[in-house]
Amino acid sequence: MADLRYGAALNRALADAMAEDGDVIVMGEDIAGAGGSFGVTRGLLDRFGAGRVIDTPISEATIAGAAVGAAMGGLKPVFEIMFMDFATLTMDAMVNQAAKARFMFGGQCSLPIVLRTPHGGGLSAGPQHSQCLEAWFAHVPGLKVVCPSDAASAYGLLRGAIADPDPVVFVEHKGLYARKWDAPDDLAVLPLGQAAVLRDGRDATVVCYGAAVHLALAAADGLAAEGTSVEVIDLRTIQPWDEATVLASLARTHRLVIVHEAVEAFGVGAEIAARMADVGFDELDGPIVRVGAPFMPVPFAKGLEAAYQPSAAQVVAAIRKAMGREFSQEA
Amino acid sequence: MAKAQKPTSNHGGLLPFYEALQLIRQCEERLGQLFADGEVPGFIHLGIGQEAVSVGVMSVLGTQDTIASTHRGHGHALAKGIPLDGFFAELLARADGVCGGRGGSMHVADMRVGMLGANGIVGAGVPIALGSALAHRNRGTGHIAVSFFGDGALAEGVLHESFNMAALWKLPVLFVCEANGWSEFSPSARQIAFDLEAWSAAYGVPCVGVDGNDVVAVAEAAEKAVALVRGGTGPVLLECRTTRVRGHFEGDAQKYRTADEGDARDPIAIAEARLRAQGIAESELAAIADEVRARIDAAVTKARASGPASFAAARADVYTPLVLGEAC
Ligand SMILES: Cc1ncc(C[n+]2csc(CCOP(=O)(O)OP(=O)(O)O)c2C)c(N)n1
Ligand SMILES: [Mg+2]
Repeated sequence: MADLRYGAALNRALADAMAEDGDVIVMGEDIAGAGGSFGVTRGLLDRFGAGRVIDTPISEATIAGAAVGAAMGGLKPVFEIMFMDFATLTMDAMVNQAAKARFMFGGQCSLPIVLRTPHGGGLSAGPQHSQCLEAWFAHVPGLKVVCPSDAASAYGLLRGAIADPDPVVFVEHKGLYARKWDAPDDLAVLPLGQAAVLRDGRDATVVCYGAAVHLALAAADGLAAEGTSVEVIDLRTIQPWDEATVLASLARTHRLVIVHEAVEAFGVGAEIAARMADVGFDELDGPIVRVGAPFMPVPFAKGLEAAYQPSAAQVVAAIRKAMGREFSQEA
Repeated sequence: MAKAQKPTSNHGGLLPFYEALQLIRQCEERLGQLFADGEVPGFIHLGIGQEAVSVGVMSVLGTQDTIASTHRGHGHALAKGIPLDGFFAELLARADGVCGGRGGSMHVADMRVGMLGANGIVGAGVPIALGSALAHRNRGTGHIAVSFFGDGALAEGVLHESFNMAALWKLPVLFVCEANGWSEFSPSARQIAFDLEAWSAAYGVPCVGVDGNDVVAVAEAAEKAVALVRGGTGPVLLECRTTRVRGHFEGDAQKYRTADEGDARDPIAIAEARLRAQGIAESELAAIADEVRARIDAAVTKARASGPASFAAARADVYTPLVLGEAC
């Protein structure tokens, strides 16, 4: 066991995948010589050379399109989009090309490409460098979407994403890069599509992913002191999400809260809530409650951003509401 | 499946070119008819008048060289060697289609012959060809990638990004601009501010202009361009000036178009004139055309006999089958 930072875990995942498979290449803006805007690709150039660790011009649409062509040619490209906000410029390649190639060509090819990108606020980076756009991609048949919450899962899921035969949008949280966790030296590769129950509980289930997991864990800690037992499920993969694990938990707790940093409206939480209201209807003893950002762009000023981002207190309030106790105690 | 296999244009090698031109022309004429009869659904964009570009360029490519195509991609697919049966079955939306009836005209692809797909998105094939070239280089295949695009696509951002990146990395990619003068319903001259050769030069990409309606001229220019690309000095742009004889799509009333575009220089007529000058008999040309027609008849008959595209099979191909299964 040793301390492992989220960013270092991602770096190790890239290095291990590249060492194992000569077809894995890494591309992006400032990822080779400079080691990436958040340092995730540091050292890869020296180890694997400029043929496989490729600095690109500032051309997101073509980076993503080239990844599609490279994957058709047998490579496994992992490309970094510096901020998730810039993934808007990759949309044709991701949505019209990568997501559909297998389907529209009758299963002739699979495209093992990974778009790595950081989302999330907390850095006063403002409206164009802070968004959480994962729901956009999760809405597109043919794409997979992953968002790890800690170092070990960052490693395991990135390895899983690179090994996956289909296009994966791998979402990292900027606020987590420098955080560290105790992690085993021998990190496991994690398959996509499997959630993790991080904390067992009887009274309510909180489903979350990425940095929001830590809000949920803090809320669960707080409520434990009052005798409320909260189960926390780290979704890990957003598309395809692990419906079976969520439903099984709901069948134990009968209360459901979904938390993410992305805007609440039309988000990942909406999909999970709608699905559980359908297949889990008989298990529900209260309303499904979502916690997400308000329907507005991410503001720049520290105070505004703090008010914008979901908090552990909001998660506590949501759990109380799901338990029908919203008026019994102050949020 | 007959395909123009590297014939040399000088000594009598023009016949395979002629056959390939006939194949594309007759396939598209048949598709136009099948579309009018309601047997081909959706949108089809015919490249009648532009066949020499496909035949000439493909004559200097091998099966493992890759191409990324456009919405007007039948000629590219056929010249690259897509099997006729799978091609017609696809356009007739049948289960036996090369893409299982999920792609159709605008998304027809055959990875086995290096045809990475027609594309419904203008310009989108260009970065795909660039990535394919990157794969050729990284994997040391020695093959090249070819990117076909229209003159209207020159206004798309990815074209400019891709020229920069391909030149910067000296990738083995041949850019082929099919300059038919039209960008959907507008003359390209009203959409593009720059001269192609000067523009290309700004990226350090050599530009070779050619009469895109003369298959021999295209083949010769392509041969030189491809030799440069294979030599590893980076991308080359082949500008093929050509003619879109039909509307933008079948059913286009073309009210925007006047009759004074000048004589369409028909690639088939040009090839025939060359062949006659070489002393090839009229009967030999007719025999080639008849043989091609018979093959198309057989392919259409087979396509009609194929069942409808399968929804279950389509649903199963959204993701690659895994232990975990697909998304819900
Ligand atoms: C991104 C995008 N924008 C617009 C269209 C609609 N559209 C289809 S073909 C076309 C004209 C393209 O002209 P050009 O590239 O010269 O090809 P041509 O049709 O002449 O073969 C347009 C505007 C599209 N399919 N994709
Ligand atoms: Mg045009």
